Amino acid sequence: MSARREALLWLAQRASAMLLAACVLLHLATMVYAVRSGLSAAAILGRTGGNLAWAAAYATFVLAVAVHAPLGLRSVCTEWFGWRGRAWDAAFLGFGLLLALAGWRAVWGVFQ
Amino acid sequence: MRNDLRSRNHRCFWAFLVHRVSGVALSVFLPLHFWVLGQALEGAGRLESFLRWTDHPLVKLSEIGLVLLLAAHLSGGLRLLLLEFRPWPAAPRWQQGALALTAGVSAAFGLLFALNVL
Amino acid sequence: MDLLRVKIWRGGESGGFATYDVPRQGDQTVLDVVTYIQRQLEPSLAYRFACRVGMCGSCAMTVNGVARWTCRTHVAKVEIDGGLEIAPLRNLPVIKDLVADMREFFGKWKKARGHFVATATRRDEFARISPETPQRKAADAAIECIGCGVCYASCDTVSWNPEYLGPAALNRAWTLFNDVRDGARAERLQDVAGDAGCQGCHTHLSCGERCPKRLQPTAAIAGLKRATALAAMRGKL
Ligand code: SF4
Ligand code: SF4
Ligand code: FES
Repeated sequence: MSARREALLWLAQRASAMLLAACVLLHLATMVYAVRSGLSAAAILGRTGGNLAWAAAYATFVLAVAVHAPLGLRSVCTEWFGWRGRAWDAAFLGFGLLLALAGWRAVWGVFQ
Repeated sequence: MRNDLRSRNHRCFWAFLVHRVSGVALSVFLPLHFWVLGQALEGAGRLESFLRWTDHPLVKLSEIGLVLLLAAHLSGGLRLLLLEFRPWPAAPRWQQGALALTAGVSAAFGLLFALNVL
Repeated sequence: MDLLRVKIWRGGESGGFATYDVPRQGDQTVLDVVTYIQRQLEPSLAYRFACRVGMCGSCAMTVNGVARWTCRTHVAKVEIDGGLEIAPLRNLPVIKDLVADMREFFGKWKKARGHFVATATRRDEFARISPETPQRKAADAAIECIGCGVCYASCDTVSWNPEYLGPAALNRAWTLFNDVRDGARAERLQDVAGDAGCQGCHTHLSCGERCPKRLQPTAAIAGLKRATALAAMRGKL
């Protein structure tokens, strides 16, 4: 892969990390709050259903994760298992797309 | 020839390892997490029946583990962003402090969560 | 007499350790120990050194598992229960005994364009560089490298990604990137970008932890990461 593309991928991973830092902080706080009185589907869906701000935040969260996680896995796999090359890059891209779709589906599921 | 643990045994290397392992673990967990929440598409009942499964103590324990991993990856990641984006030509004394803070923040989140679920 | 039990790597890549007893002395360095063995016990032992005062960077070895400059490492600081284990530097091919093949290491300096590209001639005036500029300060912080290879031998990314240029070469590239007199700064940025270059670094800080000159190649590499990413965004890479 060209050095330019790798430099840009590095930037994408760090930029998504910055976004994630905010999202994860929000998520951790939400979780600590949400489990105070036990988890129930009704309580979760009651908070999230129809809440547009919530859905927007979590849709962004999903996007950032779908960029960040495959790039991280890619470094680990090339270095620890020697999985490098175009085919593997395609596989990681696929994983990212899958994450994005599954994540947005989940956000939609608890939003509607 | 490669290095063994004698060479790797220093604080910043352990921080790196925690970051990498927690990152991989979270990536494996994510698709499952999304799948479970996607159950809500088939009605609140499906989600509820899954959530009842999470009442098992063992599941609760692994949830605490996950929160710890997430908090560790978050605070470790913030440290890395600082190291990469904030120029530090001089002797970086603040690193050691940053490491301690990282561990502290993760532990705090884990504890807070644990106190709430148990 | 107090004796040190010293295990020394003998042979090439597939050698083994041989054990020697060496009398202990006050203020003895690891290099003193190796020299004693070569002169008194094992004349065929191969090892490298030149200056003995921490300037030339030729005496680095793996001492009790950790890469060190041996001429300035006191035995008292590193021995474990009167024992020393001395091996050639990691991450490099072994030529014989304690001598590692440094060609890869210096070859990567070359690949990172680790040499100054002059733009002025001897007929020009001296360049006036204020030591106060941020660029000069950044270069000064990284300039004292003696090319010992300790950081390279300690870097796991080098083990995991054989193409990786390594901390010393990238650190050198950073000093030149910050040298306003240099004529190849854009080209050098091209040479050090990507996963074989600065983007490959995972910030373990093993390099800085082990560097005998207390440099922080990680900081230099982070600077290159920012510079290359910026150039890539502007389409200048
Ligand atoms: S910080 Fe970078 S250069 Fe230093 S040991 Fe780690 S990967 Fe190697
Ligand atoms: S940066 Fe330090 S450890 Fe690396 S070659 Fe230079 S002096 Fe040796
Ligand atoms: S012999 Fe020159 S640095 Fe050790």
